[in-house]
Amino acid sequence: MTRGTAVAATAIRIAAVLPGLAWPAAPAAPSTHEAIEDYRARIADDNPAELAVAKGASLWREARGPRGASLGRCDLGLGPGIVAGAAARLPRWFADTGAVMDLEARIVHCMTTLQGFDRETLIAKPFAGAAEPTTDIEAIAAFVVDAARGATIDVPQERPEEVAAYRRGRALFHYRAGPYDFSCASCHGSAGHRIRLQELPDLSRPGPTARATYATWPAYRVSQGALRTLEWRLADCFRQQRWPRLRYLSPVAIDLATFLGVNANGGTMDAPGLKR
Amino acid sequence: MRIRATLRSGRIEVRVLIAHPMETGLRKDEAGNPIPAWYITDVTARVNDRIVMKTAWGTAVSKDPLLVFHVLGGAVGDRVTVDWIDNRGDRRTDEATVVAPASP
Repeated sequence: MTRGTAVAATAIRIAAVLPGLAWPAAPAAPSTHEAIEDYRARIADDNPAELAVAKGASLWREARGPRGASLGRCDLGLGPGIVAGAAARLPRWFADTGAVMDLEARIVHCMTTLQGFDRETLIAKPFAGAAEPTTDIEAIAAFVVDAARGATIDVPQERPEEVAAYRRGRALFHYRAGPYDFSCASCHGSAGHRIRLQELPDLSRPGPTARATYATWPAYRVSQGALRTLEWRLADCFRQQRWPRLRYLSPVAIDLATFLGVNANGGTMDAPGLKR
Repeated sequence: MRIRATLRSGRIEVRVLIAHPMETGLRKDEAGNPIPAWYITDVTARVNDRIVMKTAWGTAVSKDPLLVFHVLGGAVGDRVTVDWIDNRGDRRTDEATVVAPASP
C-alpha cells in the first residue's frame, strides 16, 4: 500500500454512505475542519521524517569534516553530548558564544567548531531544494528534536539576553512592512482565521495553538516531500509576506524562534511533525 | 529503508518506509532544467528467503513511499527481507525480524 491508497479508501467510504442519500436522512457532511483532521490522520501513518532522523543519527555519530570528529561532544545546552530533551529548551543563551542560539544555529556551531566545517559553506544552502536529498543540517535537526519527543517545552528566560531576544522577537512579530504592509501577526495574531483551507494558528500569545505549533517543528511537509526546519518555516513566511529574504541563523530568525518558543512553554515536544 | 514486521492474528504485518526521490522525469529544478526520472522499478519481499511478493513500480508511486503488506502465517523470529531496484540500477536490501505486537 502506498500513500496514494488513501484516495481509494475515501472512495469506499463515499460508496458506503450513498444508500443514506435519501434526504433529509443523510448524515451531515463533515466540516472542513473535520475533513482536514481526517486527512491528517490518514497521512500520520509512518512519518517519512523518520528517514531524516535515521540519517541525522548517523551524521551525529560519524567522524566527519576536516577534523574527522563526531558531534558526540556537541553541547546543545544540557551539557556536552546530551541530546535527549535538549531541543525542548532551545533557543537559549550559550556562554561559549555569548549569544542566544536556536537549534539550527547550535548545530552549525558544533559542525564548525568540532568538525571544522566552513560556516559560510554550511549556511549558504541550509535547505534542500526540489529533488535534492535532506541537507545535513536538516537531518541533524530532525535527529535532535526526535530525541526530545515527549519533553516539556521550557525555553529559558533567565538571562537578560534571553529576555531581550524574546522582546525583540515580539516586536518583529508585530512589525508591519513590505509591499503588503504585513506582519507575522496579520495572519497569526488572533484565533479562528484560515487561509483557503488552512487554519492559521494564533502564535502571538501563549496558548494551545502556540504550543502545538512549536512542538511539531521541524516537520515533514507532505506537499513538498521534504523535511523542513523552523528557520525554513520562518523564511517562507517572510517570502509569503514579500519581505526581504530572512538571513539564515540571523538575530532576526533567532529572536522570532525565541518568541515562538517561549509562547509554547509548557507544551509537549512532538517533532518531527507531519504537515499537509 | 525502515522495516517493521509484526505478527498480528496469524499474519505478518510488514511496514516498509523507503527513502527514494521517485522522480517522474516531468519536473524541473529551480533553474528550469528537467529533473531526470529516478524511480524504483521492482520491489521483492522475502520471508526466510522465500519470495512472498514481487511488485513492479513506476512513477505514480510517491516520494519516500510507505509499503504495507500482510503475509499469511509466519512466526515471531522470522526474517523479512525487502529489496528494491530502481531505473538507474541502484539497489538496496534491508531486513527485519518479526516481533510480537507491543502490549497496549
